[in-house]
Amino acid sequence: MIHAQGLSRTYQTRTGAVEAVRGVDLDVEAGEIVGFLGPNGAGKTTTLRMLTTLIEPTAGAATVAGHDLLRDPVGVRRNIGYVAQGGVTLDIARAGEECVDQARLYGMSPAAARARGQELFAQLDLDGLWDRNCNSLSGGQRRRLDIVIGLMHTPPLIFLDEPTTGLDPQSRANLWEHILRLRGDLGSTVFLTTHYLDEADYLCDRLLVIDNGRIVAAGTPEELKAQVSGDAVLLTLADPDQGADAAAVLAGLDGADTPVADAGQVSAHVPNGGAALPGLLRQLDGKNIELAAVEVRRPTLDDVFLSLTGRSLRDGDA
Amino acid sequence: MTTFLRDTWIIFNRSMRLSLRNPIWVVLGLIQPILYLALFGPLLKQVVSSTPGLPPGDAWQIFVPGLLVQLGIFGAAFVGFGLISEYRAGVIERQRVSPASRIALLAGRVLRDVVVLLVQAVLLTLTAIPFGLRAPVGGVVLAVVVVAGLGAAFASLSYAAALRLKSEDALAPLFNGLAVPVLLLSGILLPMSLAPLWLRRVADVNPLKHVVDGIRAFFAGDITSSAGFWGLACTVGLIAVGGWFGTMTFRRESA
Repeated sequence: MIHAQGLSRTYQTRTGAVEAVRGVDLDVEAGEIVGFLGPNGAGKTTTLRMLTTLIEPTAGAATVAGHDLLRDPVGVRRNIGYVAQGGVTLDIARAGEECVDQARLYGMSPAAARARGQELFAQLDLDGLWDRNCNSLSGGQRRRLDIVIGLMHTPPLIFLDEPTTGLDPQSRANLWEHILRLRGDLGSTVFLTTHYLDEADYLCDRLLVIDNGRIVAAGTPEELKAQVSGDAVLLTLADPDQGADAAAVLAGLDGADTPVADAGQVSAHVPNGGAALPGLLRQLDGKNIELAAVEVRRPTLDDVFLSLTGRSLRDGDA
Repeated sequence: MTTFLRDTWIIFNRSMRLSLRNPIWVVLGLIQPILYLALFGPLLKQVVSSTPGLPPGDAWQIFVPGLLVQLGIFGAAFVGFGLISEYRAGVIERQRVSPASRIALLAGRVLRDVVVLLVQAVLLTLTAIPFGLRAPVGGVVLAVVVVAGLGAAFASLSYAAALRLKSEDALAPLFNGLAVPVLLLSGILLPMSLAPLWLRRVADVNPLKHVVDGIRAFFAGDITSSAGFWGLACTVGLIAVGGWFGTMTFRRESA
């Protein structure tokens, strides 16, 4: 569905050239849900806007939905849907008419557009809102309306730019189910950008992690997490003075890294925390080291990002 | 582009529908020219009857053309603000991501502006009749066509400026800064033929002066004069310039 090589975009500003995207390679197959994960300013939206023909790349080439991006942008536009980050509807317009007006630009007749729009309204929980002004819809409703508008012409490939940013938790969870159904019911390919780890984990078959305009990792969420060095084992000691002894036991585990001791807590990474735990507890007991609590943490995507870039995705977000 | 006509119609249809929901703007656009008509026009009768060097025609035949040009320019110039709202709402991007012709995105909107302008121009001219305007129908029709053309040109320029600046705060001073000298040098209130030679020369560079002179000739019943010809030529030129800037801007990537 998408095959891009060396996509780059450099902006000329008053203070010099800004390389927003540097040589991005992408491959997305039909029927996948692929996520573009990265902090704000990483180049996600710029890459998306290049793939949707809104911006011209300063270098590189791509084939999107079977059409050459540079030589046949109109062909690309006919076969993609795009849901922009900040919304696509006019306050004073009515929900239904926005859908029909957009669909007509793809060659649909007004009658066909109306029928399709109402079908999509039902599928995305927007019943009864056809004649309402767009500014009278809730945030979640308006975002679903944006998605309906992107789907009116039934494109095989849909781009979602930060689909749930700014929504409350229920609306987010609700929207996730709708996005899954895009692939499940309609067989569409979905390419979304997000800076939410839970969203990337839940929705995406594959992830592309982008930082500073470059792809720093690619793979399924599980593959990416497996690349990070193991699970974190956290010991909370009953007696903080036993810290050094506890650390020594941890260090002795197979494949463990250097333990870190901090105010009554000792932690280290081991390849398989669950398997190491029984033996660890027996050893600590044998040395009379009393534990107040123990925790085994599987790596998160934030750990992935941290190990790849030295920064936390959450910090970059602030 | 084979879809140009269809896309222009779709955009025109949408823009017209949205405008009709808020017809107040049609009335507001007319307020300024009607105020000038009612409160300034009557002062000119005295001036015209006792001043040599004026173009042919009575006070109203000289004054109303200026008002029509003022309507055509000011009315069209402010459409850019509406486009900034649409841009902020994400509508422009949504339309640019569709296969629609880029020129159609401009043309459909300009067509709507021209239709609104035609209605306003006819209303303005009709309002001038009770005040004393008498002009040949053929001349008035031609004049209204020219005003529509001016409107198309300035609406396109307004859209181009709006998309580039993307800010109401930048757009307003641009118009105000340009509009006042341009209008003063067009002989809208009083004909430039009253001006000293140096001022007349400066005004000759202004295409709008020739448009106003052309419309005055039409109102005086003189369809085939050179003033009329130059007025039409300048209007066509302005449409070409406006259309070019407008189309270029809608094609630009950051639009």
